[in-house]
Amino acid sequence: MSYIGVTPTARSRAMVSEARHLLLTVAPGASWIFIFLVLPSAYLMGVAFMTNGPYGLPEMPLSLASFERLAGFGFLGWSPGNLYTLLRSLWQTLVSTGLVVVVAYPIAYYITTCREKWRPILLLAVVVPSWTNQVIRTFGWMNLLAPGTPLSGLAEGLGLIAPNMGLYPSNFAVTLGLVYNFLPFMVLPLYGAFEKLDTAQVEAAQDLYASPVRAFWHAVFPQTLPGLLAGIVLVAIPAFGMYVIPELLGGGKGMMLGNLVANQFSGGANWPLGAAGAILMLLATFIGLYVMRRIGKRLGGGEEVVI
Amino acid sequence: MSETITADIADQPGATPAAEETPQEAAGRKASSIEMQGLHKRFGRDTVALDGVDLEIRAGEFFTLLGPSGCGKTTLLRILAGLEEPDDGSLVVGGKTLTEVPPHRRSVNTVFQSYALFPHLSVRDNLAFGLKMRGLPAAERDAKVDEIAEFIKLGDLVDRRVDQLSGGQRQRIALARALVCEPDVLLLDEPLSALDAGLRSQLQVELLRVQKRLGMTFVFVTHDQDEAMVMSDRIAVLNGGNIQQVGAPREVYERPVNAFVARFMGHDNLYPVRERQGDRLTTALGTLTAEEAGEGELLLIRPETLDLLPGEVEGANHVPATVAERLYRGSHAEFRLEIGDTTLQATVNNRGRHLPEVGDRVTVVVAPEDLVTLSE
Repeated sequence: MSYIGVTPTARSRAMVSEARHLLLTVAPGASWIFIFLVLPSAYLMGVAFMTNGPYGLPEMPLSLASFERLAGFGFLGWSPGNLYTLLRSLWQTLVSTGLVVVVAYPIAYYITTCREKWRPILLLAVVVPSWTNQVIRTFGWMNLLAPGTPLSGLAEGLGLIAPNMGLYPSNFAVTLGLVYNFLPFMVLPLYGAFEKLDTAQVEAAQDLYASPVRAFWHAVFPQTLPGLLAGIVLVAIPAFGMYVIPELLGGGKGMMLGNLVANQFSGGANWPLGAAGAILMLLATFIGLYVMRRIGKRLGGGEEVVI
Repeated sequence: MSETITADIADQPGATPAAEETPQEAAGRKASSIEMQGLHKRFGRDTVALDGVDLEIRAGEFFTLLGPSGCGKTTLLRILAGLEEPDDGSLVVGGKTLTEVPPHRRSVNTVFQSYALFPHLSVRDNLAFGLKMRGLPAAERDAKVDEIAEFIKLGDLVDRRVDQLSGGQRQRIALARALVCEPDVLLLDEPLSALDAGLRSQLQVELLRVQKRLGMTFVFVTHDQDEAMVMSDRIAVLNGGNIQQVGAPREVYERPVNAFVARFMGHDNLYPVRERQGDRLTTALGTLTAEEAGEGELLLIRPETLDLLPGEVEGANHVPATVAERLYRGSHAEFRLEIGDTTLQATVNNRGRHLPEVGDRVTVVVAPEDLVTLSE
């Protein structure tokens, strides 16, 4: 904006009014972010570098003890427990996200091929289960997978599990719970990508000697990539920090990083260790996002894929 | 890097004879004729896109499918490409029956209306796409892409990204991407319709030159009769899934077989013949003498065949009229003349002579040899 040709007093008045305008529009959002994001994060950072006091509350002096414990160095020397939890979290995230992609991709494609009047109904059918409380749905899976249920019986009959073990609690149950829980978050962005698919590109690929499989790979897949990456982010980040599902379906051997952190703020009572775990999760998430961005750029032909 | 590889291949005698061929030679060698017989295509229950099309397109011809939207021209082109399967009928290209061959097994390439370039690939990768799918080694692909880039005069466009190209540049890349595959037949689906008028006429000329130099069979779809006349060796006019007329541009324009073709080619001067005595035809304009007018029940008078004389002049095929409207176009002027209750359009070249004004009485001179009759 320019104020050329306006008298100095009018100009300064205009600047004051612009500053006021800016304050009124930006301040509410900015203070919200400051009070509920910046301050708590800073507090958490601080806690992570403090000493564990009585009842698990943080105390001075500053120390790196929490990070050492997180890395597995305890009173009895090094133990791999926390490392296993981290690796299990990564593995569960990877596997469940991968399975969600495999299941959601054909669903999203199928919905776009349906008649227009059916599409909202089918999308609703995908989304509606997520309107029920996550804990209740997870309890549902417990009942379906527990020892003695038909599903467990079937798995026993096929020799997949030992007799009377049941499919729950297990890492398998956690994976299943994660896939079930996050499916809608992958279907929706993929559906968005499929809906605006430029079919002329697919026809051009076929016209230029691409077999159906190669036409998919070269003309369909790149067009759905932004939706796919968005879905992966929507699924992988919450899955990595998931607390309820491993808590209910995993049993003692299914613990994930989210449970480790949560336990330090309640039962285990070690706030600095919990804060250190939270920071580790944050770091892992940022690294994951960075890698996704790079992949998106590479596959998108240098084009920015917005996540 | 790629230079040395190309040299290696060229050194091996007889290894890749195609690589030493220019695109012109390769295309001339491959130019194919097309025969379509009884092609039917229906969409849903009620929409008939093609209603029994028989058509023969000669090898090396620039052939245009012309018609209004919904006439079936695009469906016909898509059947040629293999993107649509006919319900009935057969398609033979270069002696091979292609009716049920999928698109990726046909040596037919298309320039799409929307260009359909791959936005995630560079221009070079777009150009090389067809060759890559055919399994050509990278060095040969590079050589062919460079060759076509020079032929279409793409210059440094090859190293750009697709989203950095203008409409006209995209059009040329789409053309090059199809041509580099050296297809038997090149299909063009209204490739110039998205461009502004100036660029459009420039690319018309360019496209025509490319076709003549390559000697490749081009099948071109358009709804623009001017474009069709400029470009084509022959035109097929379609309406309602049927071919109305096939012929050279002059034939279709000057001797349309029916009222639809006449109107589509831009003719408005159509008058029902009320009475016929030998070569004397009576219409709303009066009685006119015609040479070889044919047996049709509609008389067509092309506006540019008419002469206007000032004032009222007696004579054979002289019709008195009043100027109702004059559109001055510089090189020529268009007149709307009133004759009794009917109107007549006349186009007169501006040769510096007297141009009648609105309201003037004039005499229209109709040459007997320019009169044509046609059927409804």
